[in-house]
Amino acid sequence: MGTTLFDKVWDSHVVRKIKNGPDVFFIDRHLIHEVTSPVAFLGLKSRNNTVLYPNKTFATADHNTPTINQHLPVEDPLSSNQLKALEENSAEWGIPHWGLGHQNNGIVHVIGPENGITLPGATIVCGDSHTSTHGAFGAIAFGIGTSEVEMVLSSQCIMQPKPKKMRINIDGNLGLAVTPKDVALFIISKLTTSGATGYFVEYAGEVFKNMTMEGRMTVCNLSIEMGARGGIIAPDEKTYEYIKGRLYTPKGEDWNLAMKYWKTLKTDVDAVFDKELTFSANEIEPMITYGTNPGMGTGISNTIPNAEEVEGGAITYKKSLNYMGFEEGDTMIGKKVDYVFLGSCTNGRIEDFRAFASIVKGRKKATNITAWLVPGSHIVETKIKEEGLLAIITEAGFELRQPGCSACLAMNDDKVPAGKLAVSTSNRNFEGRQGPGSRTLLASPLVAAATAVTGVVTDPRTLL
Amino acid sequence: MAYDKFEILKSTAVPLPIENVDTDQIIPARFLKATERKGFGDNLFRDWRYNPDNTLKEDFVLNNPIYKGKILIGGKNFGSGSSREHAAWAVYDYGFRCVVSSFFADIFRGNCLNIGVLPVQVSPAFLNKIFKAVEINPATEIEVNLPNQTITLLDSGENELFEINDYKKQNMLNGYDDIDYLTKMKEEIKDFEKTRPF
Repeated sequence: MGTTLFDKVWDSHVVRKIKNGPDVFFIDRHLIHEVTSPVAFLGLKSRNNTVLYPNKTFATADHNTPTINQHLPVEDPLSSNQLKALEENSAEWGIPHWGLGHQNNGIVHVIGPENGITLPGATIVCGDSHTSTHGAFGAIAFGIGTSEVEMVLSSQCIMQPKPKKMRINIDGNLGLAVTPKDVALFIISKLTTSGATGYFVEYAGEVFKNMTMEGRMTVCNLSIEMGARGGIIAPDEKTYEYIKGRLYTPKGEDWNLAMKYWKTLKTDVDAVFDKELTFSANEIEPMITYGTNPGMGTGISNTIPNAEEVEGGAITYKKSLNYMGFEEGDTMIGKKVDYVFLGSCTNGRIEDFRAFASIVKGRKKATNITAWLVPGSHIVETKIKEEGLLAIITEAGFELRQPGCSACLAMNDDKVPAGKLAVSTSNRNFEGRQGPGSRTLLASPLVAAATAVTGVVTDPRTLL
Repeated sequence: MAYDKFEILKSTAVPLPIENVDTDQIIPARFLKATERKGFGDNLFRDWRYNPDNTLKEDFVLNNPIYKGKILIGGKNFGSGSSREHAAWAVYDYGFRCVVSSFFADIFRGNCLNIGVLPVQVSPAFLNKIFKAVEINPATEIEVNLPNQTITLLDSGENELFEINDYKKQNMLNGYDDIDYLTKMKEEIKDFEKTRPF
C-alpha cells in the first residue's frame, strides 16, 4: 500500500517513537513572535537550557505592532515590553530578528514563505494556530503552545502524537467572484469547527491545483478553523516558482538536490486516508459568516439557518445569534456595516489587495464605513505601491496602513468598538475577537471591497 | 516548568454547558501582553464574567457562589481557536485542575497536559449526566481517578472510563514534563539533525 504526502514528511521527522505515547518529532523551522515566546525563554533559563539551533529559529514582531507611525516608540507599555523582550531574547541567543521597521518585518505566516523560510517537506511550528498556512508548500506546519515553544528552543523537537489523515477533494471550476477564502469558509461550514479535529488534511483536486500559492496559503491557513491540526497541498511547479531565489531558499547545487527530494513529495495513488470528503466547485458561492465561530457561515445569497438545520446545541446557537444581533431567517445581503478590515495572515497578501482594488477601482468608499487596509508585510506593502494598487485604493478614498496582525485579534489599537459590525477578511469571528463587544462577519477580499463601497453587506458578483 | 502531581481529585464542579467555547473567551487577546506566567486567573472568561465597567455579571456561573471546585465542565469542542497556552494557564491559575468535556480542541488539550491540567473526555451521554447532577445538586462531588482512568459521580456511583496515552499519564502522575524527557536525549537529536537536508 502506498503512503500519503503527509506520511512521507511526518515519518522522515520522527527521531524516536515512544510506545503508547507521542513521537519525538523534529522541527526544521521554528517561527517565533512577541506574544507566545517570552515565557518560553524564561522557562529555558530557569532550567539552564540553551537554544539548540538558533539558525533554525526566526523571530518577527507582528501581533502587538501599531499600523501607523511605526517609526515612533510603541505607546502601549505592555506591548512595548513584549516587543523588547523578543528583541533581547533574540539578541541573547543569536536568533535572526525582524523587528518593527525591519524591511523583512511582517506577519509571521506571510514573511515565512516570502523569505524562503517555508520549504516543501519541512516541518514548521510556531506559537500561533495559523501556522497551518505553511502547509500550502507541502510542509507539515502547525501551531503549538508556549511549553512547546520552549521544547523547540531547547531541543528542536516536540512530543507529538501522529494525527489521522483526511483528504478533501474539490474538482471543477470556481464560479464568478468565488475565491480561495470562500472555498475554505465553505468547507468549514460543512465540517463545523470541530469536524477535522484529530486530523491533518490534504487538499486535492482541480480547484487546489489551479489555485495560486497565495490562495493555497489562505486555504491551509483556515484548516485550524475546522479543528484540523493543519492542512497540506502537494508541491508543484507553482510552488517551486514561488520559492525560487528567495532569501533562505537553497541555491545552486543545493537547489538541484532539494528539487530532487521535493518531487517525491506526493500522495501515492494507492494510499489510503482515514477519512475522505469530496465536494464540487459549483456548490460554492461567495461566503459570509453570521455567527460567532467560523463554521457558522453560508453562501452570501442565503438566509441565516434555523437552529434545527445546524450542528451544535440550541442554547449555543441562540447565544451566538443574540450576540450578533441577528435572527434565524435574516438575509445577510443589505445588513449595514460599520467597519471593513482587509488584512491578517489569511488575506493580507498581494493577491488579496489586487482583488480588493479590482472592485473599488472607479468607485468611492461608503461614508458609513471605517476601513482598515493592512498589508501582511513590508514586501506586500512595496508591491501594492509598485503595481499601482495604492493609487487605485487612495483614489477611492481608502488609506493603506503599515503591516501587522492589526484588527484580526486587536492586540494593538485597531479595535472594532462594542456593538459595531465589521466585515473582515481575517480568520475568526469569535465574541470580542476584534475588540470587546465587536461583531465580525468573515468574508473574502471581494466581499469586503463590495461592502466597503456600498456600506452594506454586498454580493461582489453584482459589482463585477 | 514541571507541575504538581495529579493522582486522584475529588471535588465539586463548575458547569458551563456551552459548545465551542473558544480560547478567545477563556482569555481574550488583550490579556496576552504579559512576559511572565502569572495572574491569568483574574481574566479567565473575562468578557463573560465582567461587565465593561468591571462589575461582575451575576448570571455567569463563575460569579455564582453555589458553584465552586477544581473541576470545570464544558460543552462539546472546548478550547477551540487560538493556540495560546495562556488559556490553559488561566484555567490552572483560577484553581481548576481538571476540565471535562465530550470533545476537546487538539491544541488546547495538549497545552493542558503540558501544564498539569487534566482534560477528561467523556461520552456525550455521561457529560449530560454530569450537567444534570450538578444542576440538581451543585454540591455533587466528582472523583477523577487518573491511575484507574475513571470519572465518578460520587452520589450515584455512576462512572465512566476515560482515555489518556500511557506516556502522558505517567507524566501527570509524576509531575514530569516533555522538556525533562527531551533534554535527556539531546545527543540523539543532534545526530538526527545531521541527516536533515535543510
